[in-house]
Amino acid sequence: MEKFTILEGLVAPLDRPNVDTDAIIPKQFLKSIKRSGFGPNLFDAWRYLDSGEPGMDHTTRPINPAFVLNQPRYRGAQILLARENFGCGSSREHAPWALTDYGFRAIIGPSYADIFFNNSFKNGLLPVILPAGVVDKLFAHAHATPGYRLKIDLPQQKVFTPEGEAFPFHIDGFRKHNLLHGLDEIGLTLQHTDAIRTFEAKHRAAQPWLFA
Amino acid sequence: MGASGVSLSTTADSHPNLPTLSRDKASDVAIESIAAVGRRGDRCDIITGYPESLAMQPQTLYDKLWSSHLVREEGDGNALVYIDRHLVHEVTSPQAYEGLKLAGRKPWRVDSIVATADHNTPTKDWDKGIRDPISRIQVETLDANIRAYGAKAYFPFLDGRQGIVHVIGPEQGATLPGMTVVCGDSHTSTHGAFAALAFGIGTSEVEHVLATQCLNLKKAKRMLVRVEGQLGRGVTAKDVVLAIIGRIGTAGGTGYAIEFGGSAIRSLSMEGRMTLCNMAIEAGARAGMVAVDDTTIEYLRDRPFAPKGEQWDRAVAYWRTLVSDPGAQFDKVVEFDAAAIPPQVTWGTSPEMVDTVEARVPDPARIDDPVKRDSLERALKYMGLEANTPITEITIDKVFIGSCTNSRLEDLRAAAEVVKGRHIAANVKLAMVVPGSGLVKRAAEAEGLDRVFRDAGFEWREPGCSMCLAMNDDRLEPGERCASTSNRNFEGRQGAGGRTHLVSPAMAAAAAIAGHFVDVRRAF
Repeated sequence: MEKFTILEGLVAPLDRPNVDTDAIIPKQFLKSIKRSGFGPNLFDAWRYLDSGEPGMDHTTRPINPAFVLNQPRYRGAQILLARENFGCGSSREHAPWALTDYGFRAIIGPSYADIFFNNSFKNGLLPVILPAGVVDKLFAHAHATPGYRLKIDLPQQKVFTPEGEAFPFHIDGFRKHNLLHGLDEIGLTLQHTDAIRTFEAKHRAAQPWLFA
Repeated sequence: MGASGVSLSTTADSHPNLPTLSRDKASDVAIESIAAVGRRGDRCDIITGYPESLAMQPQTLYDKLWSSHLVREEGDGNALVYIDRHLVHEVTSPQAYEGLKLAGRKPWRVDSIVATADHNTPTKDWDKGIRDPISRIQVETLDANIRAYGAKAYFPFLDGRQGIVHVIGPEQGATLPGMTVVCGDSHTSTHGAFAALAFGIGTSEVEHVLATQCLNLKKAKRMLVRVEGQLGRGVTAKDVVLAIIGRIGTAGGTGYAIEFGGSAIRSLSMEGRMTLCNMAIEAGARAGMVAVDDTTIEYLRDRPFAPKGEQWDRAVAYWRTLVSDPGAQFDKVVEFDAAAIPPQVTWGTSPEMVDTVEARVPDPARIDDPVKRDSLERALKYMGLEANTPITEITIDKVFIGSCTNSRLEDLRAAAEVVKGRHIAANVKLAMVVPGSGLVKRAAEAEGLDRVFRDAGFEWREPGCSMCLAMNDDRLEPGERCASTSNRNFEGRQGAGGRTHLVSPAMAAAAAIAGHFVDVRRAF
């Protein structure tokens, strides 16, 4: 997993609540057996005017000019500004895969759905939680100021604005550590192999039918 | 937005000592046993007391499930939790197996794995195989991975017991009380109906469970949703859960594990409880659950993977403890009066955009919050609906009866009862029934339900996820409106531009006959 330390990047505002993972990456693209290549189909139904299917050449597809990510001022955005309950619905990890493949490294929003939130950390995508009032303010700035950029400092757990403000955010220590060092969680868990085996033995003795 | 007959309490509350009631009989689906493959040998020799923490203060069901699976816990609440059952399907597993292979790892315990192909599989012309080459590769990749690594059971495409993973797990007795159950699918919450801790995971976690049999988790908060009283005629578990989501919202359960309790829940069959827990995730909760009672135990008796003989007796004795203790504390309690819940219909593009069949489409002009108003306006535009239209005046193009929410025998019986002797309306282009599994399909056919549906103009299909998410050929065309027994009405969920209204099987059947939504309590 790619490390995450400090990100200074262009902000794209996606101003709608309850953005579900079906919208982030529609189901027809879930047929792939790979982890990469989902970026061109991120928000497919909102981004393009035609109906997307796997294998299409996205460079020739008609673009929806009204969709925020298609506006030239947001080209190259690495920080997605979001509303509440971002990533609700399906557990598909293809959603963070599509966001990172497109170029996003962080999301800032007031709340996330649990499974999406969890999946993001496994892919070096940092979902920052800030109070709704702060997020409102950032939306206003991002809309008003072309080229609006933010700095997300993970070691300090702060978001810095060009206006000179600093907003602290909370992150679980274990997740922070893994992101900072780009650690493989499976490798960490396997350091506890003895504990797992000890538990498994107790569990088997107590409920042998689970191991039948 | 929201259902009537609802009261909400957000203070911590204690769980009353509720008697167990049961009215359900064991399912009559006949199932045969299959042999386990690739089983790993015993390799543990330390036996200690287990579980240590259960003798203390009153605990909720969730507390018991959590503490009985704790491998280790850090001071900051991060915990390593053991996983008993790993359900695997073709869409979210290929990258996990690939990761395992690239890292040179092997599955920790293959006899925890039960696998099937369901999302991509066609629901007709099975003799022609899977025609979409990309879908076929994904299903073949699952075949190859199971062949290479093994599983306790695999029900591949074309197997007579294949079906939706959340239907076949319980049907086979592969989901048992007291288990932790995971799957790379958010509707894994379904299995909580058996007093299991069951939740959906992403593909990285699928790989993590394959490699370590564990997950890194933090304990969720505990919510009790209590539904007391008797449901009205024609009102089902689907209406109850839609009413709950309408009240607490799609993020109302975020960060919580929900236990459903109360007399109305205890009087539900296992099928009804699965419908309820299935949609806990639509309220934002990764896990939903119902305590063990006679209904749970009778359902499981004689299932292929359920314990037998002396093991069964021992298991049942343990399962009986899987209830919230009197006086156990919840972080939040929400209460509903069952008798006051009418049939529900969603009108928007989120499951919380729901109201009773007696209501009208809401009016954005009455919403003050600009973000909510904007969201409502966008939903009505997408859905092609005018504000203040009575729900019963919304006409439909297609009907889908199926999905992990509502494709079990009881669901098909409820729909068949409504359509029997009638015919779908002229404006309904397609009405389809997709049984949840091969066994559900055969059981329904043995009762003649297939004839009832076919005579009424429905198509009777092969099992699979089908038009719940439209990964196969079953989908809505742009602008088409569907009465669907599935779980999500998101934009494009059933096909790009398609418009989904979530309802119960009886309400979907009634809409098919009338050509528009009707109150099934009055119309039939």
